Amino acid sequence: MLRLRDELLRKLRAFFHERGFVEIETPLLSADVVVDRHLEPFAVDMPCGGTSRRMWLQTSPEFAMKRLLAAGSGPIFQVTHAFRQSERGPRHNPEFTMVEWYRPGDNMAAGVQLLSELGDALLGRGLAETMTYQAAFRQYTGIDPHAATAPALREVANQRGGEVPDSMTSDDRDAWLDLLLVELVEPNLGLGKPVILYDYPASQAALAKVRPGPPAVAERFELYVDGIELANGYHELLDAGILRERNRENNRHRRAQGQAPLPEESRLLAAMEAGLPACAGVAMGFDRVVMLVAGASDIAEVLPFPFDRA
Amino acid sequence: MPSYNTSEFKKGLKVQIDGDPYMMIECNFVKPGKGNALYKCKLRNLLRNTVLERTYKGGDSLEAADVAEIAAQYLYRQGDAFVFMDNSSYEQYELNADQVDDAWKYLKEGMVCNMVLFNNNPISVTPPNHVVLRIEYCEPAVRGNTATNLTKPVKLETGAEMVCPAFVDIGDLIKIDTRTGEYLERAKE
Repeated sequence: MLRLRDELLRKLRAFFHERGFVEIETPLLSADVVVDRHLEPFAVDMPCGGTSRRMWLQTSPEFAMKRLLAAGSGPIFQVTHAFRQSERGPRHNPEFTMVEWYRPGDNMAAGVQLLSELGDALLGRGLAETMTYQAAFRQYTGIDPHAATAPALREVANQRGGEVPDSMTSDDRDAWLDLLLVELVEPNLGLGKPVILYDYPASQAALAKVRPGPPAVAERFELYVDGIELANGYHELLDAGILRERNRENNRHRRAQGQAPLPEESRLLAAMEAGLPACAGVAMGFDRVVMLVAGASDIAEVLPFPFDRA
Repeated sequence: MPSYNTSEFKKGLKVQIDGDPYMMIECNFVKPGKGNALYKCKLRNLLRNTVLERTYKGGDSLEAADVAEIAAQYLYRQGDAFVFMDNSSYEQYELNADQVDDAWKYLKEGMVCNMVLFNNNPISVTPPNHVVLRIEYCEPAVRGNTATNLTKPVKLETGAEMVCPAFVDIGDLIKIDTRTGEYLERAKE
């Protein structure tokens, strides 16, 4: 297993170096953290002259890497560890290896192409087919994810989505879309050839640019192989004002769900105000790539020391 | 009773659903990278032994079940009731045949078993993994044959019947694996 990880890391580094990327390192522990509705960072409090200073273990190296891009780094990649609280399961370990890269000048199509080539280089299953989020939903659930109302999504979930949680009473369309994605769509993605899904609902833009519609869509893309989500990419949002709004909205949502709000201001916002170059960026779960190549069914099989023994 | 949040869900957790105690036997965390988390769980009803499949979303919680495990000594059987005693508190507990289930085959007076209590009432009992019991009746031993593939039915001192190698005899003590119900070896006094 260690040898397989080493072999894949070498391929990965060769892939990026051949294309003129520079491998960089950024802090794992930072004062800034991604404000996401569904990501729970580990907080670390550092004693500091009688009080304490709150730092966060990164859920991805996105903020720091974008600060480097704004400072003129050019194309960069890194292999790092990311931390997400209470994400544990056959495909999740609270600490995991993430590969993340950015290339200035790339639009979504260029970002998709680069991801597809990397997927082929690592997995040897050929270049990926591309499919819109909408086409995948139409094909596997029969509904239009941009137009369907929450009750219509719930209807499909109740009929075909297996066990629906009793607590799912919300009119939050995204919660229903995620349920249908996990239950009905994902298991079909990338079974023969790898698939890259793109053009996500604008409500799930995270740090991606939204392309005006109708329907407005997020320029976000994800690689799937054998029904497993391997990577998530964005044509990156450049506007600090919009990111501030999204942070506020995410914190409002977090409070409503009983989660602690996260700091909305960050050094990334300052860097974006100074000017982030247009670029596409992708984060890939490296352990899942190893799982696929090794034919492992549990992430613990590909980690030297999984969380229980960490 | 406290409750468990989805982030605390794991195999072996004892919870209460609609008044019944359940043990989580599987908990599969699924989550789109940037989306809502779902927990697909399998839960075994500790009273009925049935399996329930439920999906929970991140932030849901389940009430903890007051389930305790104690070491209990088997005292005697009275009709349909099996009487045990908690080795530390000396409190006595009675289980019926349904609750004892297959464990009756291996119960010998004085044997210390693992008992599960729900709200302080016994709900199940598990004998030790290995027990030694005397053969009460079987056909005469086949002399000189020590092969274990030649078998015959025997009746144990508890009244249970099982299959043993042909070389064992009436009055022999044998060691049994209670998890599989299989003969392991002959035992000494």
